[in-house]
Amino acid sequence: MSIISISKLSKAYSDGTNALDDVNLEVNKGEIIALLGPNGAGKTTLISTICGLLTHDSGEIKVDGHDTVTEYRKTRQLIGLVPQEIMLEPFETVYDTVRFTRGMFGYPESREFLEDVLQKLSLWEKRKQMIKELSGGMKRRVMIAKALSHDPKILFLDEPTAGVDVELRRDMWNLVNSLKVNGVTILLTTHYIEEAEMMADRVALLDKGKIIFVENKDALMTRMGRKELKINFKSPIKKIPSTLSKYKLALSEDRLSLVYCYDTKASRTGITRLMRDISNTGFVLQDLKTSQSSLEDIFVSLIRK
Amino acid sequence: MNFYAIIAIYRFEMARTFRTLVQSIISPVISTVLYFIVFGAAIGSGIQTINNVQYSAFIVPGLIMLTVLMQSVANASFGIYFPKFLGTIYEHLSAPVSFLEITIGYVGAAATKSFIIGIIILATSFLFVPLNISYPMWMITLLIVNCITFSLLGFIIGILSNNFEQLNLVPMLIITPLVFLGGSFYSIEMLPSFWQTVTLFNPVMYLISVFRWAFFGVADVPIIHSFVATLVFSLICTSIIFWIFKTGYKLKS
Repeated sequence: MSIISISKLSKAYSDGTNALDDVNLEVNKGEIIALLGPNGAGKTTLISTICGLLTHDSGEIKVDGHDTVTEYRKTRQLIGLVPQEIMLEPFETVYDTVRFTRGMFGYPESREFLEDVLQKLSLWEKRKQMIKELSGGMKRRVMIAKALSHDPKILFLDEPTAGVDVELRRDMWNLVNSLKVNGVTILLTTHYIEEAEMMADRVALLDKGKIIFVENKDALMTRMGRKELKINFKSPIKKIPSTLSKYKLALSEDRLSLVYCYDTKASRTGITRLMRDISNTGFVLQDLKTSQSSLEDIFVSLIRK
Repeated sequence: MNFYAIIAIYRFEMARTFRTLVQSIISPVISTVLYFIVFGAAIGSGIQTINNVQYSAFIVPGLIMLTVLMQSVANASFGIYFPKFLGTIYEHLSAPVSFLEITIGYVGAAATKSFIIGIIILATSFLFVPLNISYPMWMITLLIVNCITFSLLGFIIGILSNNFEQLNLVPMLIITPLVFLGGSFYSIEMLPSFWQTVTLFNPVMYLISVFRWAFFGVADVPIIHSFVATLVFSLICTSIIFWIFKTGYKLKS
């Protein structure tokens, strides 16, 4: 069941840039969907348009069945946004700035709830500190705390881990997973493809304002992912023997290994026959290694198309 | 109506006032005391009375108006410009709040600050001159109305400004001359007839005139004219703010 439904959405900036071009997207309740794409693909524009930060020229966005323009109160109530940039009032305290956001979303102050949010983000100890006194990573945590201050059902994370340290990144991933367990729908834009690979249920690829595809991550990796078998030998091979020419093999530069690409979905991978034929050549094996192409490899290959 | 949002904005803005107490409240009060000394004591010794009101008392409504109008514009314009400058305006645009709620929050806070300053100046003036306010309830009402009206103007300036220079330009080049030339320190009857006619086109003159009437029962122009002028000014400001939020002008692209 979709919680966000975008149909025929288009948006052009005043300079003529087509930021979004006839975008159609359904986001399912409770899933994590990663929006991938190069810089300027339209990822942030798409998120900003759903949230109401930008106006759109045509098309329709519905959140939980409500139109984002005519029923903006209902739709915005459901969404928490963590923008790409850190934007905070420097002279306010951590607690007050998070309380402010909760109030903006129409909720009374709840010390218990805010304490819980701040505790989860390791901010409770710093609640009385001014924002300007915090490190960059801590400020990023405050941005997330603000987005969670009204217990949203949908969370938009726009490049949440850009420029943050390993510890915060790990904390953030844990937080995202716990939110998902609690049924929160998460729309994530990221440049770290391994992040999408690790967390997302589905992946949407944007380029030049268009959705190139939306697909289940695992299905995509199975469909597009190639698997490689690297066969290492004890001594260098002068050339690939004619008995092995029927296989798609590549000889490494140091001539110490052969690389065999195969399709995991195929009924026969050809590995058994290949190993038998290699054995017949008399080459002495030293090691075998398999690897699968990452989401990043798939992403790059699709963008190049 | 999202009352919690209004309270959140109001509280946030008032907190800024108390963080910057010297700049927000003490500084305008000191400036006013200096005006009292210069205009009331030094110049006032040469002008005994205007419309049977002692000159040092006559300037009190004008002095209050001068500070209150300037502060209303400055507070409201800075209040909404600062989130734009910092980028935190994204919260206002992505939250379930209407233009009315945002405006009430910011204008309400700016008007509250100006009102507090106005009352402090009034209290201070009692130290310098004996005052007997003819219509205290009207005086308070008019003070509140003017605080709100000019905060609305400041709010518009804050939204339309692209930088801090523009933020200061309107108060400095328009509001200050209008207040000074609107009869803050004199009765327009003291001007030559040509300049009296010119002054009638100054909207601030109507505000000062009716405010002075609340103090001493005397006004430069009929008070009904002043009420109409104030009402028209408020409606124009509110309409502009409604249009800005409706179209997203200077707020959304």
